[in-house]
Amino acid sequence: MPDGAPKVLDVRNLNTVFRTRTGEVHAVNRVSFDLEKGELLGVVGESGSGKSVTMMSLIRLIPSPPAEIRSGQVLFDGMDLLEVDDDTLRDIRGARIGFVFQDPMTSLNPVFTVGFQLREPLMRHMGMNRREADRRAAELLELVGIPDAARRLRDYPHQFSGGMRQRVMIAIALACDPEVLIADEPTTALDVTIQAQILELVRELRQKLGMAIIWITHDLGVIAGIADRVMVMYGGQVVEEAPVRALFKEPRHPYTRALLETIPHVRGKRAERLEVIEGQPPILGAAPTACPFRDRCAAAVEICGRENPALREVGARHRVACHLSDTGAGSGAAPEPEGAHV
Amino acid sequence: MLNYTIRRLLFAIPVLLFISFIIFLILDLAPSDPTGNLPLTIPPEVREKIRQSLGLGEPMYWRYLMWCKQFFINEPLNIWDQWMGTCSFNCEDRLRVVSYVTRSPVVDLIVERLPQTLWVVGMSYVVGILIAIPIGVISAYRQYSWFDQAGTFVSMVGFSVPPFFSGVLVIVIFSVQLGWFPSIYDTTLKVVDWDTFVLQLKQMVLPVMVLALQTTAQISRFMRASMLDNLNMDYVRTARAKGMKERTVLLVHVLRNSLIPVVTVIALGVPSVFGGAIITEQVFKVNGIGQLLIIGIQGGDAPLVQTLTFIFAVLIVLANLIADILYGILDPRIRYD
Ligand SMILES: Nc1ncnc2c1ncn2[C@@H]1O[C@H](COP(=O)(O)OP(=O)(O)OP(=O)(O)O)[C@@H](O)[C@H]1O
Ligand SMILES: [Mg+2]
Repeated sequence: MPDGAPKVLDVRNLNTVFRTRTGEVHAVNRVSFDLEKGELLGVVGESGSGKSVTMMSLIRLIPSPPAEIRSGQVLFDGMDLLEVDDDTLRDIRGARIGFVFQDPMTSLNPVFTVGFQLREPLMRHMGMNRREADRRAAELLELVGIPDAARRLRDYPHQFSGGMRQRVMIAIALACDPEVLIADEPTTALDVTIQAQILELVRELRQKLGMAIIWITHDLGVIAGIADRVMVMYGGQVVEEAPVRALFKEPRHPYTRALLETIPHVRGKRAERLEVIEGQPPILGAAPTACPFRDRCAAAVEICGRENPALREVGARHRVACHLSDTGAGSGAAPEPEGAHV
Repeated sequence: MLNYTIRRLLFAIPVLLFISFIIFLILDLAPSDPTGNLPLTIPPEVREKIRQSLGLGEPMYWRYLMWCKQFFINEPLNIWDQWMGTCSFNCEDRLRVVSYVTRSPVVDLIVERLPQTLWVVGMSYVVGILIAIPIGVISAYRQYSWFDQAGTFVSMVGFSVPPFFSGVLVIVIFSVQLGWFPSIYDTTLKVVDWDTFVLQLKQMVLPVMVLALQTTAQISRFMRASMLDNLNMDYVRTARAKGMKERTVLLVHVLRNSLIPVVTVIALGVPSVFGGAIITEQVFKVNGIGQLLIIGIQGGDAPLVQTLTFIFAVLIVLANLIADILYGILDPRIRYD
C-alpha cells in the first residue's frame, strides 16, 4: 500500500462506556486509527478486548443505553459520524459503510425471505424498484457463491446453512457497493474450507470493487494472508499497529509477541506444547490509569503501574503503546520475535 | 397446511363428542329442577307430570342420545331447509332441541341473542386489541418512559379490577354523575338512521370500555414483553446496519416477529372473553348469550345450558386450531406436514 493514500476513515480518541447495574465498563479507551482507500486493516485481540464495540461505535450501532460514546471523532468524507444527525447516518449505513456481524445464525430476520432482506438496502439507498432490486439481489447472491441464486431468494434464513447465511450477510453488506466494509469475525463460525472460500471471495471482491475493509478476527493466520496493516487491541485499547510484515517480523508490544507465540507452527518443528498467555484480560471499571497488560507482562517495570502508555511511532507507520518500546529498553528484555516464519 | 387443518378438524370430532357427554353428565348430576321456578301452589303430582312430559323420566343415556340426534342431525337439517326453503326428511315431525322453560327451540333463542353479544363483546375485544398493540409497541420501544409507566399502571388496574366492579364504577361516573351514556343496553333499538346509530354507539361505550380495559391490560403486556424480547435480537442490529428507518425496523422487522406469540394469545382469548361477558352483560342488562346462560342455569333449563356450554366448547376448540394455523402462517420456521 503506497504511503499517503487518501484516508476514508479517521478515528480519533474514541471512548465507549457501558453503564451497567454493577458500575461502568470502559470497553473502548482512546482508540485512534485510520483506514486508507482500498486497504485491508486486520484487527486482532482476545475475546473481550473491545473489537466489536469499537467497530459498532463507529456507526453508532451500539445499543444505548447501556452504551455511551463518551468522546471521540469518526471522520468519514468530511463528516464526523458521531455528530451527524440520524438521517444522514442512516443514509451512510448500509450504503457507504457495510457491516457483517459476528453471528450469522441470528443476524438475519427469521420471518422474512432472504430476498426481502437483500432488497431492502437496494430499494432504500439505490432507489431501485422491486424488480430491479430482485435482479440485483440475485446477482449479489451469485457473487458470494450461492448457487441457484434466483430461486434461493424466496427461501427463508432457516433454509440456509451457517456458511450460506454468512454469505448472505456479506451480500447484504456489499449490496450498495460500500466504500468501507467492516467484517466482524465473518469466518469464525464457519469450518475451514468455507472460511477459505470466503477469504478468497473477499480478496476477489476487494480487487473488483476497490473498497477498504476492516477485518476482525482471532486468527493471525488469516491476517497474515490478507491484511495490509494490523491493529492489535487489548483491554479496549490499541496496543500496536503496523504494516503486516513489520508486525510479524518485529512485534514491539509484549502482548503482540505473546500473541504471535500462541500460533501453532504447522511447518517447521512441532512446538512442544501450545503456548498460552497466562492470566485473564482485564474488565475495566474505570478509565485505565496504568498499562492494562502489566499484570500479565513478563517485562513490566515500575512505571507500567503508574502511567498508561500512549501510542507512539517506532518505525515506518508502526505505532506501539508500551513504556519499554521507545528507548529500546524493551527489546532486550523481550524474547526474539518468533512469528517471522508465519 | 390444508392437510393439517383437516386432520385437526377430524380429530376435534371425538373430542367434542366427549366434551358434550361430560357436560351432559354434570348437568344431570346437578340437583336442579325445571319445575323449581313454578308457583308453590302447584301440587307435587302435577310437577311430576310436567317432568315426565319434558322427557325426564327416560334414562340418562337415552336423553343424551336424543340431544345428540336433535343437535347434530335435526338442527343442521333445519338450517338447511330454512336456507333452501325445502322440507327434506319429513321436516314436520322433526324434533329440535327445545328449552324446558320457554318451549321454544334453543337454537332460535341463541340466534336471537347472538348479535347483542357479538356487538358488545366482539367489539370490545377488537377495540381492546387495537389499543393494546400500539401501547405494547410504544411501551417496549420507550421502556421505562412515563408512557411505559402509565401503561404499566393502567394494565395493573385492568388486570386486578373485576368487570363487575369497574362496570358499576363507570355506570356511577358516566351515567349517574355525568349523564353522558345510558346505563342500560336497549336491545330493541334498531339502527335505521344517523341518530339511532349515535344512540347505539352511546349505549355500547360503557360495556365496551369495561371489557376492553381487561383485554387491553392483558394483550398490551404480552405485546410489550414480546417486543422487548425481539428488540435485543441480532437481526434488529442488522436492519439498522442496512440503514433502514427506525419506523421500518420497528414496524416491519420487530413487529412481525413479536406478533407471533401475541396472535396465539389473542386467538386463545376469544372463548374466555365470551365467558367474561356473562358478568358484564348482567351489569349492563345486555340480553346476550351470557345472560341467556344465567337464565338457563337458574331455571334448571338443561337443554339450553347444555347447548350453550357445548357451543362455548366448540369455540375453544376452534380457537386452538386457529391459533395453531396462524402460528404456522406467521412463522416460516414452522411447517405442519
Ligand atoms: N451490552 C454490554 N453491557 C456491558 N458490557 C458490555 C456489553 N457489550 C460488551 N461489553 C463489554 O465490552 C467489552 C468488549 O466487548 P467486545 O464485544 O467488543 O469484545 P470483542 O473484542 O469483540 O470480543 P470477541 O472476540 O469475543 O468478539 C467486554 O469487556 C464486554 O464485557
Ligand atoms: Mg466481537
